[in-house]
Amino acid sequence: MLKKNRFLLLIGLLLSLSFVLVACGTADNEEDTATDTEDQGQANEGEATDDEAASDFSVGMVTDVGGVDDKSFNQSAWEGLQAFGEENGMEKGKGFDYAQSDANADYMPNLNRLVQQNYNLIYGIGYKLAEDLGKVAKQNPDTNFAIIDSVVEGENVASITFKEHQGSFLVGVAAALKSESGKVGFVGGEESPLIKKFETGFRAGVAAVDPSIEVNVQYAESFADATKGKAIASNMYNSGIDVIYHASGATGNGVFSQAKDIKNGNPDANVWVIGVDRDQYEEGEIGDANVTLTSMIKRVDVAVQSVSKQALQGEFPGGETLEFGIEQDGVGVAKTNEEAYTAEIDAAVEEWKQKIVDGEIEVPSTEEELTTFLESL
Amino acid sequence: MTFIDTLQSIIPIALFYSAPLILTSLGGVFSERSGVVNIGLEGLMVMGAFVGIVFNLTFAEVFGAVTPWISILVASIVGAIFSLLHAVASVTFRADQVVSGVAINFLALGLGVFLTKQWYGKGQTDMVDQPFYTTDIWLLSDIPIVGPIFFQGVYAVSYVAILLAFVAWYILFKTSFGLRLRSVGEHPMAADTNGINVYLMRYIAVFISGALGGLGGSVFALTIAFNFSQATIVGQGFMSLAAVIFGKWHPLGALGAALFFGFAQTLSVVGSSIPFLADVPSVYLTIAPYLLTILALAGFIGRAEAPKANGQPYIKGSR
Repeated sequence: MLKKNRFLLLIGLLLSLSFVLVACGTADNEEDTATDTEDQGQANEGEATDDEAASDFSVGMVTDVGGVDDKSFNQSAWEGLQAFGEENGMEKGKGFDYAQSDANADYMPNLNRLVQQNYNLIYGIGYKLAEDLGKVAKQNPDTNFAIIDSVVEGENVASITFKEHQGSFLVGVAAALKSESGKVGFVGGEESPLIKKFETGFRAGVAAVDPSIEVNVQYAESFADATKGKAIASNMYNSGIDVIYHASGATGNGVFSQAKDIKNGNPDANVWVIGVDRDQYEEGEIGDANVTLTSMIKRVDVAVQSVSKQALQGEFPGGETLEFGIEQDGVGVAKTNEEAYTAEIDAAVEEWKQKIVDGEIEVPSTEEELTTFLESL
Repeated sequence: MTFIDTLQSIIPIALFYSAPLILTSLGGVFSERSGVVNIGLEGLMVMGAFVGIVFNLTFAEVFGAVTPWISILVASIVGAIFSLLHAVASVTFRADQVVSGVAINFLALGLGVFLTKQWYGKGQTDMVDQPFYTTDIWLLSDIPIVGPIFFQGVYAVSYVAILLAFVAWYILFKTSFGLRLRSVGEHPMAADTNGINVYLMRYIAVFISGALGGLGGSVFALTIAFNFSQATIVGQGFMSLAAVIFGKWHPLGALGAALFFGFAQTLSVVGSSIPFLADVPSVYLTIAPYLLTILALAGFIGRAEAPKANGQPYIKGSR
């Protein structure tokens, strides 16, 4: 009996755990929008007339499990699509729409559904959709696809990536200027080529201002472990680090909570957090103060808008890998914390930004490039 | 960095890491000691975190600085009520306790995320304005050496959690209520023949576990995460369950196990700045907590024996 019991317990544990893992990122959006718009979309097919060029053109996107209101890249992409629609006199469901994915298994059906509804251009938001989008694109050579944050082969697929290292370089410059202790920190999610771009860019930016500033790099090996983020931040701030740049999703919550805790104990403390992907000003608010120095913003909306426009004009960049950097306004720096992000810092950041745009410096995105970059200083 | 400095950087981190685990694992101890397996600890923590955050966001202006304390109280009440679902299914209807616990996990996460979307119109809540902040514990922090290490810059709730572990130990092992609760988990029929209401005892035990699970979840949310989303509680409930077993179903054992987890995790983070660990490659520091746990389980703890009737529904009159 006991043995059987243990076995059951184990199975139960595994089941629950797998559920928890699957649930990570599931957004239980119970709205009926998805099905509603499906009907609408089908109805529209018949009605669509050739009044103007734009009415012919329709563009859809499939979110990843974060959902369309994830305060991150899905939301940003949807905002881009909405802006594009507004510009061209479209309405949601008539010309542009999204399909929400609640689980990884939803990607394929969602993509296929949009294909069947004759969307001209379909976005897959996030690298998680890369594989499924590749398959669907191969089966539907007449439809155009675009993937965010990944590269997919195919004549009808445009791959959209970002030069995160450039944005990270600029916040590195800001961090170096803000630091009084000569020590700054970087907290990464999982160590991967993508997050490495953030790290190397940041380190290069700090070194560009003052090579003697120490950069402490730690990876939490998770994007959802706030405790670990807080522990790392606590240790970093204890050791004298005063600015931390995080590229670690929800793990970064812990970094913010630690910085705010220190700020609460000592309002004059010089502790700062640099946010990632979007402006994390709100996360840093504590009373009248704010610990968010700035944020490295990834403008997925800009990319979506620009590629949609190209497609509308019949110049869809199929088969190409587009890199959105500072030049295209694809990455940027938040300036919402006017008190902390001083005019002096802003001027320096703008100066470096110009240098990057002019091609005077090449921001490193890998460890090797960083070594060369540091030697050249 | 001196030895004392090192301790001073490790212990406050280990404490805030452990506190939610201590509370939740105490809940697990109560439930399992009465013979009800509680896989649903994770779900109870999710519920606690959700309620704690929502209450805090809603009433921060009314209650001011005491908001976090009231929030965790409310979260623990809601957690307790929520856990009655588990009690009804597994005690009254004799459902498989593991299945019922898994259902609790499903339900809590689904409900939490769904209501967040309904009420706030987005996938995650805002950050709370009135979370817990670290303090120096009154009087104790002035003790030389010990004070700075243990009582400066810590969360008061961490010590509440440790205190509760001793209270739980007293209740379970020094009161007649505790004896009854344990007897129900060891041999329910014998308890029944002695006039103990088995069902009632199990209901009470699950109720307490819900209260403590909710408390653990809300403490986690208000000390570490500061907001609620689907990624707030991911696996802490299962770590608490592990602490229950690691601690041999004993409140102080669970306390020790939870502190051990916190300490090991902290070492992996702080390790790089401790002189004699600085040269160890970070990979080893990252796997150290898990390795230490396996070693501790295999070597020092000995055989962990569950309460005899754990997981078996009691059917009155059956042998």
